[in-house]
Amino acid sequence: MSAAMIRGANTPPVYLDYQATTPCDPRVVEAMLPFFTEKFGNPHSLTHSYGREAEDAVEQARAQLADLIGAEPREIVFTSGATESNNMAVKGAAHFHRQFGRDQIVTLATEHKCVLESARALEAEGFRVTFVQVERDGLVDLGRLARAITDKTSLVSVMAAHNEIGVIQPLKDIAALAHQKGALFHSDGAQAVGKIDLDVEDIGLDLMSISGHKIYGPKGVGAIYLRRRPRARITPLIDGGGQERTMRSGTLPVPLIVGLGKAAAIAQTEMAGEAQRLLALRARLLNGLKARIPDLVVNGNMDKRLPGNLNLSFPGVKAVDLIASCPGLALSTGSACTAAEVEPSNVLKALGLGEEIAASSLRLGLGRFSTATEMDVAIETLASAVRRLKSGQGPGVTSASGGTT
Amino acid sequence: MTDASAYLDWNATSPLRPAARAAMERSLGLCGNASSVHRSGREARRVIEQARAQVAALAGVAPEQVVFTSGGTEANATALAAFPDRRLIISAIEHDSVLANAPGAARIPVTRDGVADLAALESLLAQDKRPALVSLMLANNETGAIQPVEQAARLVHAHGAIFHCDAIQAAGKLAFDFRDLDCDLMSLSAHKLGGPQGVGALILARGLEIAPLIRGGGQERGHRAGTENLPGITGFGAACAEALAGLAAYRRVAELRDLAQARLKEIAPNAVVFAADAPRLPNTLCIAMPGVPASTQVMALDLAGVMVSAGSACSSGKVRRSHVLEAMGAPESQSECAIRVSLGWTTNEAEIGRLVEAWGALYARSRASAA
Repeated sequence: MSAAMIRGANTPPVYLDYQATTPCDPRVVEAMLPFFTEKFGNPHSLTHSYGREAEDAVEQARAQLADLIGAEPREIVFTSGATESNNMAVKGAAHFHRQFGRDQIVTLATEHKCVLESARALEAEGFRVTFVQVERDGLVDLGRLARAITDKTSLVSVMAAHNEIGVIQPLKDIAALAHQKGALFHSDGAQAVGKIDLDVEDIGLDLMSISGHKIYGPKGVGAIYLRRRPRARITPLIDGGGQERTMRSGTLPVPLIVGLGKAAAIAQTEMAGEAQRLLALRARLLNGLKARIPDLVVNGNMDKRLPGNLNLSFPGVKAVDLIASCPGLALSTGSACTAAEVEPSNVLKALGLGEEIAASSLRLGLGRFSTATEMDVAIETLASAVRRLKSGQGPGVTSASGGTT
Repeated sequence: MTDASAYLDWNATSPLRPAARAAMERSLGLCGNASSVHRSGREARRVIEQARAQVAALAGVAPEQVVFTSGGTEANATALAAFPDRRLIISAIEHDSVLANAPGAARIPVTRDGVADLAALESLLAQDKRPALVSLMLANNETGAIQPVEQAARLVHAHGAIFHCDAIQAAGKLAFDFRDLDCDLMSLSAHKLGGPQGVGALILARGLEIAPLIRGGGQERGHRAGTENLPGITGFGAACAEALAGLAAYRRVAELRDLAQARLKEIAPNAVVFAADAPRLPNTLCIAMPGVPASTQVMALDLAGVMVSAGSACSSGKVRRSHVLEAMGAPESQSECAIRVSLGWTTNEAEIGRLVEAWGALYARSRASAA
């Protein structure tokens, strides 16, 4: 009897979507709770103790997050999330540096939608944007990237680790290419921060976007790293009361920021061990699936990759049918953003996958609370569903035990 | 709060309502990304849509008119950037989050009581035929003065312009209806009405399409990208439902505010109450103790456990001259001595007593040292 059989009918689905979002770590929730209630002050109300208590908490969180990426606390600006940070970095750098005759942005064709959409909005304003294609393993060719960067480039924006295929780009080399031409280097670190070692000094980052809910912190909060020496100058996206050294106005959400700080501190302590554990779990999952599904295809480079990410194609099976057949698994085809639509991923097409094989692909995300038992359930459930779908039985429902109900 | 303290800075931020806390604790346990197709994603989507209906009910609109943002500042920034081709007209007493996002905007002056001058608005609209976006707040955060929004909106529409209302400070303190006020856009903030910090909303008239400030995954019908702040949004929804049910309680808040005002005026008959003759929010009192700088008053009150502010809480705690009082024509000698006392639904008579006592003691000391 497989481990899968132990799971009852009311067991919550096995969560395999850690790149869409992560559960808030209970230690993060615990740290946040007092700031929702008795410690409710506005951190900008420095004339009384409630406000000062809130401000102290914000500054502690700022230091925790700075520590995780090797920055100074004052280089951290809190935002509402990585989407806002990416909008702020891309539009803000373009707008600020236009006055110096730099009117071009360089980014990858496989960036997250919020970077691509920000870049397209800039195009509509008259900026030039170069979308560099990636190689078949998802990594950018440095020669190709170097040719795109000119002395008119204000910003090079390349994500650290990909949200669908998990590949980690050569950030240090990219920073050097950007700096050679006097451009700023921004990285969308939403998926990578807290998962792999990232040191802003070592890499040479000027700007980096950080998400709360991708690192076991809360949703609705994120940050942007803004280098101070030499200063990465950008135009703010949201003006107002002048908070965050005028870079981002708005009352700071103290509980969320405390949660982000705590999540960063936990990640810093546990990242190395967690990565080893996830690599082992991922190997178990991949080997188990390969043994059961011989024509399985892995998308994206496996060496330079987030430990908690897999992206697999199941030839001959539609991903939508596979998801429908596995209600016991929380699965996705790719980016969660686009309003719950299930359609082939642009990224996979950019890797050169045909429409049909791209439409047969799933993203499997593992994380802090994943277990070996869950991997076994996933192997059993997916393999049974694939077998049944291939034998033409259609997308019926496969229970966690592998039978059809 | 300890027995000896009195939190009277509710216009800066309010404590979280119990219903909001309960809703957030429930949703902190949900893991899903509301855009994911699987079960946990769908559950996240369901609670967000429930909250959207609760926020909509507070403003008297349909749920699909509510766009969630990261707060009031972002809502205001989005509104003012929503129509890049329109010229901007704003009142002289708007919050910093409107002022700073509308550089170069024409300014509607206000009366001595801090109320927007509609005749001046009309001439601003008439003298320049280019399409405009006009922004006027529902109630001022420093003085509490309620603005003639409905009349302003009618004028604005008669001139083919678009109307935005910052209702952040008014929401939850007085009843209003987005349609009756004839607004096109309206900003709300959760933490001013008992919800959490870090969430707010922009309400759009039916069918109104805007240029989004934050682009990306297409959430919020393309009006505002970013993974939804699930606990924040559910807390906001629950707070709105409780605020709507609790509007009647503001009659008692108004009595306590009036009591505070009467007692302080008794102590110092030469004290100046701003916007005293305008319709005001029931919870706000902006008062100047002549000859004593606001920072001195705020610190002395803080030592006595009474928390008030010298104007708005933004701008890094600095006490600087209020642009609101300046626009009302208050001389600097008055405005630099103005403090803001703002009450909330748990404020009680004992807290007002502590304010009166501490303020009275400071006033006596200032008289003694002046003598």
